[in-house]
Amino acid sequence: MTNVLELSGVQKRYDAVVAVDALDLSLRSGEFLTLLGPSGSGKTTTLMMVAGLQQPDAGTITLNGASVAKLPPYRRDIGMVFQHYALFPHMTVRRNVAFPLEMRGVSKTEALRLVDEALQLVGLPDHGDRLPKQLSGGQQQRVALARAMVYRPALLLMDEPLGALDRKLREQLQLEIKRVHQERGISVLYVTHDQEEALTMSDRIAVFNQGRIEQIGSPEELYDRPATRFVAGFIGDTNFLSGKVLAVSDGRCEIETPAGRLQARATQGLLVGASASVAVRPERVVPAASAALRGTITDVIFLGTSRKYVVRLKDGTECVVLRPANEAALGARGSEVELGWAPAHATAFRDG
Amino acid sequence: MNADGMTPWRLLRGALCILVAVYLLAPLVVVVIISFSSASFLQFPPPGLSLRWYAQLLSTPAWTNALLVSVKLLVPSSILATLMGTAAAYALVRGRIPGATVIMACLMLPIVVPGMITAAALFGVYRGMGLNGTLTGLVIGHTVLSLPYVVATVASALRVQDARLEQAASTLGAPPWTAFRRITLPLILPAVLSSLLLAAILSFDELIVSLFVSSARVRPVAVQMWSNLLGDFDPTIAAIATVCFGFALLVLIADLALRAGRGLRLA
Ligand SMILES: Nc1ncnc2c1ncn2[C@@H]1O[C@H](COP(=O)(O)OP(=O)(O)OP(=O)(O)O)[C@@H](O)[C@H]1O
Ligand SMILES: [Mg+2]
Repeated sequence: MTNVLELSGVQKRYDAVVAVDALDLSLRSGEFLTLLGPSGSGKTTTLMMVAGLQQPDAGTITLNGASVAKLPPYRRDIGMVFQHYALFPHMTVRRNVAFPLEMRGVSKTEALRLVDEALQLVGLPDHGDRLPKQLSGGQQQRVALARAMVYRPALLLMDEPLGALDRKLREQLQLEIKRVHQERGISVLYVTHDQEEALTMSDRIAVFNQGRIEQIGSPEELYDRPATRFVAGFIGDTNFLSGKVLAVSDGRCEIETPAGRLQARATQGLLVGASASVAVRPERVVPAASAALRGTITDVIFLGTSRKYVVRLKDGTECVVLRPANEAALGARGSEVELGWAPAHATAFRDG
Repeated sequence: MNADGMTPWRLLRGALCILVAVYLLAPLVVVVIISFSSASFLQFPPPGLSLRWYAQLLSTPAWTNALLVSVKLLVPSSILATLMGTAAAYALVRGRIPGATVIMACLMLPIVVPGMITAAALFGVYRGMGLNGTLTGLVIGHTVLSLPYVVATVASALRVQDARLEQAASTLGAPPWTAFRRITLPLILPAVLSSLLLAAILSFDELIVSLFVSSARVRPVAVQMWSNLLGDFDPTIAAIATVCFGFALLVLIADLALRAGRGLRLA
C-alpha cells in the first residue's frame, strides 16, 4: 500500500508559539484520516502546510512520494474544503464548481458535464444558477465539497467542514462525505474537534495536543486502548481513579487506590511505587461478586437504551457506570453495589 | 418621517438637519444662480437670466485651455494613482511585507503634510529636472496627492474581504495573478472605481501644487480661477464654478449608480 501523503519531523512556529512540533504522519491511499484535538492544537496549521498555504520551518512533506517544498499550492492538485466554505460570492454555484476545471483547461462541454455530475453527487442538481448567498449553510457546504472534488484530486483536505451546522445536518452530511469518499476512492485528511464525528467517520484518528500527536490509531484502538491519559480523557467518557503502582509485568499492572486494589493494562512509564491513574469506560464497569470496588448508588439516570449510575466509592470518588436498559438494574438509589471489570478493559497511566 | 413619530425631539432634529443643509448648500445655489445672470457684475438676486457667461467662458481661450489642461491632467493622474494605489494596498494588506504599517503610514503622508510643503518640495525637486511648468510635472504631483486616498479606500475594502477566498482559489489551481484577477479584483472593484472617481475630483479641484508647478501655458482650471479672482472678476467665474460643481455632481452620481448597480447584481 502506498502513502499518498507523508509528513516527517514537520515543525511550524509563529513567533514564540510552536503551533506544530516534530510531526510524523502518513496517509495511506484511499484512507480517511482524522486530525482530532482541542482548539489551538495545530490541526489547521498542519492542513495549511499540506496545502502549501503555510511553509513549515523544519521537516519534509511528500505527496505521492515527491517532496513538495518548492511546489506552490496551485500546483499540488489537492482539494481543500475550508471551515467557512470560502465560496466565491460573485459567482454562481455552477461557476464556483467549474472554477478548478477552468484552471486546468478542461473543455467547456466536459466541464459542464463534470459540474453537473458533482452537483448531483452532493444532492444539489437544481441549484447551479444560484449565488452562494442564496443557499443555506448546509447547501453552501455541499457546494464547497463539490468544488473540491470535481477535478478528482488524489487528496482531499477538510477543515472542520461541518463545524457551523446544526446536529441533524451534520449527521446527514457526515454520511454523504463518507459515501463520496468510498465511491470516489479519494484519500481524505479531515479535521474536527468533535470526537464523536471522528469516531464515526475515520479509518484512523490522530489525536493532537499542543502541536504534537498523542496517538494514531483506529477508532477502536483509541477508544479501547488509549496510549496516554490525554487520549483517554479526550475521547469518550472515562472514569479516572488515582493510586500507587504496586506491580508491573507483562503489560499488566496492579494499582493500589483508596477505593481498592485494581488491575489494568500498563502503559509506558509506569514505575513501581510511583503514582498513577486507572481509566475505565463507564460501559466496561460491571457488577462483580468478588469485587475490587464497593460503593453506594447516588443517582440513576434513564437514557432510553441504557441507564447511567453514579456510584460513590468508599473513599468518596465517584464512578459512572453505564448498563444497557434491557439488563437487570444495578440497584436503586442508595443501594450498595460491588463493581469490577476485566483487566484488559482498564488502562493505567503514569501521573504527571 | 411618519406622523406618529412627530415628537418635539424629532421636530428639532429635522429642523437642525434642514438648517445644516441650507448652510452648506446656500452659497452653492447662489453661485449657480449668478452664473445664469444677465448682469455684468456679481449681483444677487440677478436682474435677469441669460447664458452669456457660459458663452463668454467658451469664447475665452484662457478658460478653454484651462479646461483642456485639467482634463489632460486628471485622466492620467487619476488612472496612475488608482493603479499604483491598488497595487500598493494589495501588497500591504495581503503580502507578508516587513514594516507594512510603516510603509502604509508613509503613503498616507501627503494627507497629513500641509499642501504648501508638498508643493514647495515638488517645486524644489522639479527645478533640477526641468519638470516645472510641464504637464508631466503636474501629473506626477497630482498622482502623489491622490495616492493615499486610493490606498486607504482599497486597503479597507481588502481588509473586509475574506483572504481565504484567494487561498481557496489557489488550492483550486489558480496562480496568484489569476486568483487576483478572477476573485479579488471583482470583489474590490467598487472600491477601486470609487477611488478612481475620487482621484479625478481631487485633481480637478487641486490648487496649491498646481499653483507652484504650473505655468502660464500649462494652467489647469483651479489655477485659472485663482488668478481670475485676483484681478477684477465677473460672473464668468460663477459659470466655471458651476461647471466644476456639475462635474463633481456627475462623479458623485456615477459613484452612487455604480454602488446601486452592484448591490442589485449581488442581491
Ligand atoms: N497566523 C498565525 N499567527 C500566529 N499564531 C498563529 C497563527 N495561526 C495559528 N496560530 C497559533 O498556532 C496554534 C495552532 O493553531 P491552529 O489554528 O493550527 O489550531 P487548531 O488546532 O486548528 O485550532 P481550532 O480547533 O481552534 O481551529 C495556536 O496556538 C494559534 O494561536
Ligand atoms: Mg482550526
